[in-house]
Amino acid sequence: MMNQAGRAIAAVSAINEEQPLLAVSGLGKRYGPGCPACLDLQGQRCPQCGSLWACYDISFDLYPGEILGLVGESGSGKSTLLRCLYFEEEATTGIMTIPSYQGGPANLLAASAQQQRYIRNHMMGMVFQNPWLGLRMHVSGGGNIAEKLLAAGVYHVGRIRTRAAELWRQVEMPLPRLDEYPQNFSGGMQQRVQIAKALANKPPLLLLDEVTTGLDLSVQARVLDLVRQIQRELGVAMLLVSHDLAVIRMLADRTMVMHQGRLVEQGLTDQVLEDPEHPYTQLLVRSLL
Amino acid sequence: MNGSETKPVWLDTYNFAFLDEGSKREIRRKTLKAVAIPGYQVPFASREMPIARGWGTGGLQLTLALIGRGDRLKVIDQGSDDSVNAVSIRRLVENTTGIETTVDTAAATLIQTRHRIPEQPLRAGQILVLQVPLPEPLRLIEPREEVTRRQHAEMDYSAMWLALYEDIVRWGDITVGHSYPCLAHGRYLFSPSPIPRWDIPKLHQAACLYLFGAGREKRIYAIPPYTDVQPLSFDDYPFAVERLAGACCRLCGSTSTFLYEIDDAASGQKLYQCSDTAYCQQRRQERGQA
Ligand SMILES: Nc1ncnc2c1ncn2[C@@H]1O[C@H](COP(=O)(O)OP(=O)(O)OP(=O)(O)O)[C@@H](O)[C@H]1O
Ligand SMILES: [Mg+2]
Ligand SMILES: [Zn+2]
Repeated sequence: MMNQAGRAIAAVSAINEEQPLLAVSGLGKRYGPGCPACLDLQGQRCPQCGSLWACYDISFDLYPGEILGLVGESGSGKSTLLRCLYFEEEATTGIMTIPSYQGGPANLLAASAQQQRYIRNHMMGMVFQNPWLGLRMHVSGGGNIAEKLLAAGVYHVGRIRTRAAELWRQVEMPLPRLDEYPQNFSGGMQQRVQIAKALANKPPLLLLDEVTTGLDLSVQARVLDLVRQIQRELGVAMLLVSHDLAVIRMLADRTMVMHQGRLVEQGLTDQVLEDPEHPYTQLLVRSLL
Repeated sequence: MNGSETKPVWLDTYNFAFLDEGSKREIRRKTLKAVAIPGYQVPFASREMPIARGWGTGGLQLTLALIGRGDRLKVIDQGSDDSVNAVSIRRLVENTTGIETTVDTAAATLIQTRHRIPEQPLRAGQILVLQVPLPEPLRLIEPREEVTRRQHAEMDYSAMWLALYEDIVRWGDITVGHSYPCLAHGRYLFSPSPIPRWDIPKLHQAACLYLFGAGREKRIYAIPPYTDVQPLSFDDYPFAVERLAGACCRLCGSTSTFLYEIDDAASGQKLYQCSDTAYCQQRRQERGQA
């Protein structure tokens, strides 16, 4: 049948290893009315208008195939940043580009809803901190994966089921449970289904928000293994959010530190964790040791 | 039918075709917009009508806004010209316009219907007005109006596709019987109203104009002549109309019409009959049975 999503919206060129897969600059998200005083904000809350800047002036590049860690305390704006990158939330300021995507305006934050949907369905996958946001709990596990494939214009039940079963195996879910509702699954299984869904259209970029938080230690370790394995086998780039430094240390090539809505430090993970520059990072690292 | 003897006195005080000219103009304007954007639901100011909402006030308002002295009207309900609902709507139009009505599909210029499209193919110049209880095809999946509006604007119908996929996984096939979701000219998803699947192919590239009126929900939409109408279907689960293997109409013998089932209490057998009574009658006349 007709392909709705893909219709002459975009061409995705081959990914160049040298240039960033994703480039972000000056991204900010404000909750509240905003005012001129917001421009030289100190914390997250504007004293003049009372607006809350969940994240502010965020700039970074993410390269093909790398795992970029993002740490920071609760409320520092990590999830908000991810939701803005996934177009779940409208960023207030900033520029976002994906150089291999040609078709929309240079700044994808200003692209049409249809173009954003195309990018989200073809170039990104996301694992939400809260599985209730990432999964439809009253749609079968396979159906959750199908949703992504349907959004990308695959209208063939047999092909959808073959791909869903393949992903199911990849995330080590028991095949007989493919048609079950995710609300019956354990937390670790729900995260696996979220990962399978995120991988459905073989995107070059995954956004992972606290993928192991709230899981038992042994389950955590297995999900982390899975993430590492996916990165190794599929070469997918990941932006990995966690407030757990151990997770970051284990997986991230480079790490960014977020504090009160801002990026206060970024660099190679070892460097950031062994020899932190910013006082907040020093505090963070010391409290872990 | 001559309604002058039964005509209530209050009707004399009303305009031709009951509605005032301002209301008619508004409905016609909205209808033109609907014709210009096939399948798109155009809001309109639905009027109070002297029949209960849910009994076809949306269709009736379209009929009354469009009807002229030269028109011939046919009214059917579930295929029948004789049901109480069809008769009362026909009476109302007769009483307020004085125009003639007919049961003959070919003779009618304007046909108001609920749940069926006549078996006889409609020709250019004819208008079929369908009564619609639920105009929004996405409503059962998504209760929020602002969300369905966005989904239409962005042509984001993956939630509907997903519902059909789940149907297949659960039941082995798409179980939607009536109101089967269709795409109008490759753009807007629309509800064809509760017609059976049998009638869906009649919407595609038709010579006539189809208008849909929802009174309670205050929406008008249209499938203009020669518009593509495609029921959503998967490549490996093609859309198919209902077929009752081996069944034929007990009255006219037809095997190529939409039949409904009757339990014959006497014999305990299942019998079938054309749902389109005028078509069935005509077939019997042609065969010299009536
Ligand atoms: N819709 C909203 N309206 C108002 N404020 C919001 C909204 N969403 C988030 N915030 C605020 O933005 C700030 C950043 O929240 P966010 O969820 O991004 O933090 P986080 O770093 O992901 O925290 P956690 O580690 O607890 O998940 C918080 O103060 C939060 O209360
Ligand atoms: Mg968070
Ligand atoms: Zn302010």
